[in-house]
Order: sequence, then C-alpha cells, then structure tokens
Amino acid sequence: MSAGRGAPATRPVGAVGQRTPLIDGVDKVTGRARYTADLPLGPALVGRILRSPVAHGLIRGIDTTAARALPGVRAVITGADFAAPYGVIPIAQNEWPLARDRVRYRGEPLAAVAAVDEATAEAALRAIVIDIEPLPAYFSADDARADDAVLLHDHKGDNIERRVEQEFGDVDAGMAAADLVLERRTTYAEVAHGQIELNAAVACYEPEAGRLTTHSVTQVPYYLHLTLAQVLGMDASRIRVVKPFVGGGFGHRVEPLNFEMVTAALARAAGGTVAMQQTREEAFLTHRGRPATDIRLKIGMKRSGEITAVDAEVVQRGGAYGGYGLVTILYAGALLHALYRVGAVRYQGFRVYTNLPPCGAMRGHGAVDVRHAFEALLDELAGQLGLDPFAVRRANLIDAPYRSLNDLQVNSCGLPACLDWVEQASGWAARRGRLLQTGGVRRGLGLACSHYVSGSAKPVHWSGEPHAVINLKLDFDGGITIFTGASDIGQGSSTLLTQVVAEVLMLPLARIRVVATDSALTPKDNGSYSSRVSFMVGNAALRAAEELKRMLVAAAAGKLEVTPDEIDWAGECCAVVGTDKTLNFAQVVEAALVDSGTLTVKGVWSTPKETQGGKFRGAAVGSTAGFSYAAQVVEVSVDEDTGVVKVEKVWVAHDCGFAINPLAVEGQVQGAVWMGMGQALSEETDYHAGLPLRPNFLDYRIPTIAESPPIEVKLVESRDPLGPFGAKEASEGALHGFPPALTNAICDAIGIRLHELPATPDRVLEAMQQRRREQRLQARRAAAAAGAAVGAPATPAEAQ
Amino acid sequence: MSKRLLSLNVNHRTEQHAVADNALLLDVLRDTLGLTGTKQGCDGGECGACTVLVDDQPQLACLTLAATCAGRRIETIEHLAENVSMGSMGRMGRLQRAFHESLGTQCGFCTPGMIMASEALLRRVPQPSEAQIREALAGNLCRCTGYVKIIESVQAAAGVVR
Repeated sequence: MSAGRGAPATRPVGAVGQRTPLIDGVDKVTGRARYTADLPLGPALVGRILRSPVAHGLIRGIDTTAARALPGVRAVITGADFAAPYGVIPIAQNEWPLARDRVRYRGEPLAAVAAVDEATAEAALRAIVIDIEPLPAYFSADDARADDAVLLHDHKGDNIERRVEQEFGDVDAGMAAADLVLERRTTYAEVAHGQIELNAAVACYEPEAGRLTTHSVTQVPYYLHLTLAQVLGMDASRIRVVKPFVGGGFGHRVEPLNFEMVTAALARAAGGTVAMQQTREEAFLTHRGRPATDIRLKIGMKRSGEITAVDAEVVQRGGAYGGYGLVTILYAGALLHALYRVGAVRYQGFRVYTNLPPCGAMRGHGAVDVRHAFEALLDELAGQLGLDPFAVRRANLIDAPYRSLNDLQVNSCGLPACLDWVEQASGWAARRGRLLQTGGVRRGLGLACSHYVSGSAKPVHWSGEPHAVINLKLDFDGGITIFTGASDIGQGSSTLLTQVVAEVLMLPLARIRVVATDSALTPKDNGSYSSRVSFMVGNAALRAAEELKRMLVAAAAGKLEVTPDEIDWAGECCAVVGTDKTLNFAQVVEAALVDSGTLTVKGVWSTPKETQGGKFRGAAVGSTAGFSYAAQVVEVSVDEDTGVVKVEKVWVAHDCGFAINPLAVEGQVQGAVWMGMGQALSEETDYHAGLPLRPNFLDYRIPTIAESPPIEVKLVESRDPLGPFGAKEASEGALHGFPPALTNAICDAIGIRLHELPATPDRVLEAMQQRRREQRLQARRAAAAAGAAVGAPATPAEAQ
Repeated sequence: MSKRLLSLNVNHRTEQHAVADNALLLDVLRDTLGLTGTKQGCDGGECGACTVLVDDQPQLACLTLAATCAGRRIETIEHLAENVSMGSMGRMGRLQRAFHESLGTQCGFCTPGMIMASEALLRRVPQPSEAQIREALAGNLCRCTGYVKIIESVQAAAGVVR
C-alpha cells in the first residue's frame, strides 16, 4: 500500500461515488461536439457504395470502365482492390470489404466510387455494369440447413457456421429426479441497434508519406486499425485511427465495418481525402444486429422450486458472414443457466449462414433471447407448482464466491438484495393479482432476473498483453492528462476514468484532462464492448493513478526530508504527519519534476487466471472477472380488444458492484431496460426475398417518449473484490430481464404465455383468438362427451 | 439546379446566401454555414435529430427547403446559450444546463434536436405537464436514455417540481 493512503482528507468534488455530469456533456448540449460527419477536414471527395441487387450469386464481372471515364470521378474500386478478407474473430475471417467472386446478401457492397460531388458519385455508381449469376438463396435457418442447399461458404457443411454441444452434469438423471418437467419453444425476431448517428468515415491518404488517417464512428478503433492494415496490405505503423465523438453504438460498431475499409481504400486510390456518409437504410444493411432465434428449452424442477436439469437447443439465423457469430452462439449457452444454481445442463447451439445481412453483437450479446426463454419457463413451472415467482428464483440463488457448472467464476452477487428491493418497491405481495381491471384493459405484474459480464476475461486476440493500459502525464502546469484508447460512445467512460484518477490523487476533476482514441497518441485499447471498460480500463486507471501518487508522495517526502510514510497526502496540499510542515500541489509537482522532467506513468490490468473460464472448447466465452446482477418488475396493461400492450412502470435493481458515477449508472440501467422494451414490444427487422422491409425508423419501431414508461432504478452495491472500487458493469445486464418480465406480466394480466416476440398487437390478438378457439373446442368436446354419455355421436370434426 | 440569392436570418444574423432551389435547410445550415450542431440521423423525417426553430416552431431541417425560409427566424442549438455571439460561446442556456446536469444526454447525437424541440415547448408552455413534454418530444428519437432523464431535464429547466 502506498504512503498516505487512508489519510483523513476531504474527498474531491466529482470523485468516485458522486453524481457527476459527463466531462464532455457541455460540448454535447451546445452543439460543439464534433462527430465524424461534422469534421472540418478541408476539401474532400464524396464516397459512395454500389450494392448487390441479388441475395446470392456468382459475380461474373463488374465493368467500371464507363464510371472511371466520367469527369470528376477520382477512384473506382472493387473487391480486387483489397489484399485480404476480414472478420473480427481471427478464426472466422470470410468477408471482403467489397464482395469478391460471390455475393451473399442483397445490399452487400460490390463496388465504390470517390468523386468530386454527390451527383457525380451517384452517376458513377449508375454507370457500373454488373453481371451476377443468381444462386438459390436462403432466408431462414431451416432452408439454409436443408440437405440440398447450396453452401454459402464452401467449408461449412449444412451452412452451419458453428455447432456447439455442451453437457455439464447428468441431464437425464436430473430430469428424472424432477417433480415437473416442461418444454417450450419460442421464437424471437431479429433486431437492430438503431444508434441515432448515421455511419460515416473520413479517410485521408498521403501518397508521399504512404500514410493513412481514418476518422470513424467505431467502438473499436484498435480492431479497425488492425483490419485496415490487413485488408489494405499496409504496414500498421503507417495507419492512424481516430475516433471522434460517436453517436451511440450498442454493438453495431464493435467490429470493423465494410464502409470504413472502403473509405480508406478509396482515399488511397484517389490519393487524397474521402468522406463517406451512409444512409439509414445502409445502416440496416450493414446490420450486425441480434439474430432471429429459435429456442427449445426444457427445465426440470422439484416441488421446492429447485432446478434439477436444463436442456436447450438454440438456432440463430446468422446472416451471410461470420462476424461475431460464433461468440454469439457460445454466449447463448454460457449465460443460459449460470445465473442460478442448476443441477445439470445440456446445450446445443447452431449458428446458421443465410442470405441476409450479417448479424453480430448487440447490447446484451447472445444472452437476451435465452434469458427470456429461461425466465418465462421458470414462471410457468412456478405457476404449476404453486410457487411465487420470487420464491422460485430464491430457491436457486447462488452464493458468491461460486463456480458455475460451466466454470464461470462469480466473486460477488447482489441478486438477493435486487430481488428484495423490486419486491418491495413494486408492491408485489399486495398488488399482484389485485390490480384494477377497467373495461377491456387488464393489468399485470411480471418479474425476471438477469446478469452479464464485465468484459470477457479472455480477449479476442490472445497476444499476452494486459487487458487494459492507461498512460498519465503530469507536467509543469500541474495538469494531469489521461491518455486512453477506451472509446467513450456516450456511456461516460472518459468521465469515469477522470473520477478514478481524481479519487486516488484527491484532486479536483478540473486538473484532469482526457485524450482518447487516437492511435498516434493513446495506448491501444480493445474497445467498448461486452461492458469491459469500467471494470478493466477503470482498474488500469486506478493503478496508473496509484503509481503517480507514489511518485508524488516520494517527491514531497524528499522535499520535506522525511520518509514517504510520514506524508499525509490530501491532493491540493500535503503535510508531514503531526507537524505543520506542508506543501501545496504546485510545490510537490515542482519537486517531482527535478531531474526527471515531465512525469509519465502507466497503469495496466489483466483478468486473473481463475476468472478465465474452463478448459472445454468455447469455455472462454462467458468468462469474466465480474458478473453484474439485476432484477426487475414490469407492470403492463393489455387491451383485450386491440392487443396493445402498454408498459406502465418498471422497477429495476441492478447490482453494479459500486457506482463510480451513480448518475451515469442510472442512465445506463434505464437505457438498457428501455432497449429491452423495444425488442420485446415493437422492434423487428423483416425481409422479403432478402429485401429489408423496415430499413428506416418509421417501420422499424423504436419506442418514442410517448410510449416509454417511468423506470425506477435502485443501485445495489455488492463491492466486487476485483472491480475498481468494487465496480462492475451497468450497461447491459438490466436489458436481458425486460423481455421476460414483460411476457410474465402479460401472462399475469390475460393468462396467456406468448411464444413469439416482439409482443406486437397482432401477435397478442392472435394468441387471444387461439385461446378462444381452444376454449370453444374444449367446450364442444365437453358437450360432445356429455352427449355421448346419453348416446349422441360426436362428429369427426369435433372429435379431433 | 438553379441557385438564387436568399436572405436567411439564422441565429439573429441576416446574411445573403446563394442557395439551390432544391437545397434542404439542413444542408445549408451544416455545409454552407458550418452549423454542424444540427444533426442528421435518418433518411428524412424519421428521427427528429435535425429539429430547429423556425419562427419559434420546431421544424425538421431535413424536410424543409431552405428557399421557404426567406425572411423567417431560424434558430439552432448553437444559439441557445446565453450571451452567445460570433466568436464567444456564452454560457449554457437553461435547457442546455439541465440536459447536462441531469444527464438528459448520453451519446449526444439526438440532443440538439431534443433540446430545440423542448425549447419550442417551453416558449409555448413555460410550465409543461409530463404529458405535454411527452407529446412535444414524441417526434424525437433517443436510443440511449430511455427518455427518463430527458423528461427530468425538461422539468428541471422549466423549474417544475416533480
């Protein structure tokens, strides 16, 4: 422990645990924040992409002669202009920035142009002649898996990108030991991220120096940097990647995207600067959303509520390319059951290639649909066993430290406190089943739990490097600059890092600046995904600040001619314990710079080995240094005449370990719950023969403020032993619980379990009509049975 | 496309600009005047990020022909600050301060449109009810906040006790 720690000093305003507005918030509310499309970079060519009109076909030829001949056209490129394919997962690189040889989805980029203005660029696209020989195309996982289906990728039989088979414990024995076994099948629509900022990139290639600078909307500047080097065949040292302000991501931008590579290739071909601004429709085509998923789930349960066995089969319609797909199908298995103590688990997962835009990672990656299936079935089992939904969950709680069946390490778990709070706050005991029913509108309450990782314990690239690196600079001016590669995309990571450094050094936020996400200046960071930044980069910042503090305390001790442990450190001033000998911060800095000059320190952090999962294939996915937990109760009203479901209120408790910035954590939890609501209520992509039917925000129904409920948040602080100040993730884990809490509430309201999401009015009405049909049939059967008893024959139709 | 000389009053400054007949107000603001605070988030009329005030009314700059704005008062996010003028930033206006302090903004991309739509509301209804806030902002999508803190921000700016 460094000297002076625990000194009785006043804590700086804005340090950890305090509600802190974003350090870049003023720029955002005044319109001064510059996003990629706002950058003033001088004259730039306009980039445009030509997309495939067919869903699957062999490229016979792309003739760009006429396009190149147009006045004002500076570059025309095709797949032949790239050196290598790409893919965010090193073992699944099968995508080209512009299609080569074959197109696999409607809207796949085929060619691109850079021209002096938009009109010329679009004329050039129209002048490109393409010759594609169509192949059979598959728009569902079943069709793609058919025996006679043409393979999208030659080495992937049955069009299965990844098949996962895992079994832990004796599932058959567990089912046999259960008092009740239920099996259900549920289908989930494909959803998209819908970040409000359109995709954009600006690339500048300097022909004399052979250097490329790319500004982009990415969440993963480091992966983009590596990928640009790979697909362009350039030395990575000649590339600079900068992430300006980014208008949301939610997973759309956690892998390098084709338009970023195309913009860079156009800039190189033109020998200048190219600006690419994409349309909303193109964002839907670039996609990488949550796949359409089909889940068959069987759970065995004792009368006590104890889960004896789980058996699941998950099929994901992955789209045309790998992307994060194999990780998604592994997450679905890893996080299916690890929320609870379960007896045994069998998981089969199938990730299927189809001729649709590629799916990828979306907030709550891989675990959202399985969470719904699990939490919905838990409620149904509980209902049949006469157990309360809270009781059935409490019967299966884990107790940290805990190691799950699939070797995931849990070091802290605040789920019991989360359950207690939502039970109280929602008035569950008094209100459930007793809510006011007016006219055809019925109300209900539903509960669900969820959890999520604070970053993957094993990185995508097993390079042996630390998971996170932070550099700090302290100079003559007494200002501290944090250099970080962590991508703040609105979640507030730069603010959090500032708070961490301020807390350790006991300095005001105003002394600290952040320089972020510029590969020429900042240390590499894996990116903003899987909720890794607060935990991992926060830990690196904590260590960097402690190292800087150690140097400052040593300098103060030297100046005051005492040992470091005699220094009482209080940031803006420090004193020798028990004396009136003091130095202010400027004097300490002056002393620290003697001989050494400008101070630069580094902090690094890596996940401990025991958190990195088991030894079986795919064990890395789901492993994390810290699991967050959440419970939520949703109150709905269902209009039985129209099928319209309205969310009246949400109570959510999230175990974030420790809230470094409670204001931001609340915002993250509210946003996560709400995004779950969009998926559960109204959002779905839809295709006709591979053509997206909802590639805009009018048809793709993101909830508006008019239909969004109050969301009351309780932050539970379980103080994780590995998290920075005990903090864990807060941005994703509360999402997973919403869809099941919603359908559980719908069931409470109208007695119907939906097995198809989203819960749009047509689906709810259809389910109610189906129930009426069944009830009528049962009534007729009963009447027929009664009639048969007195000799009247039942008609064949009624007997069926 | 022919251009015409247009007298545009943007942020209390009237200037003549040569503007094509088919030019959108959004593009004139962003590209000609460099007012990039007004954002584009969709292909036309879907998201509300480009909301500006035209004669105090909220209007989507992406669906407005610049040529229809001659002689009208256009206000953008850049001019909501107090004592702001060319070359000086001024201090945050009441809505800007509230959105900042109450975290009505996360990624910030919908924020300018959201604040301009809120400004139009507060000019019309200084003490709006929650229902009036929801109605006034129903054309502005936010993907980060779930809107909870946006409502709180507008209420804070209006001095409404919740």
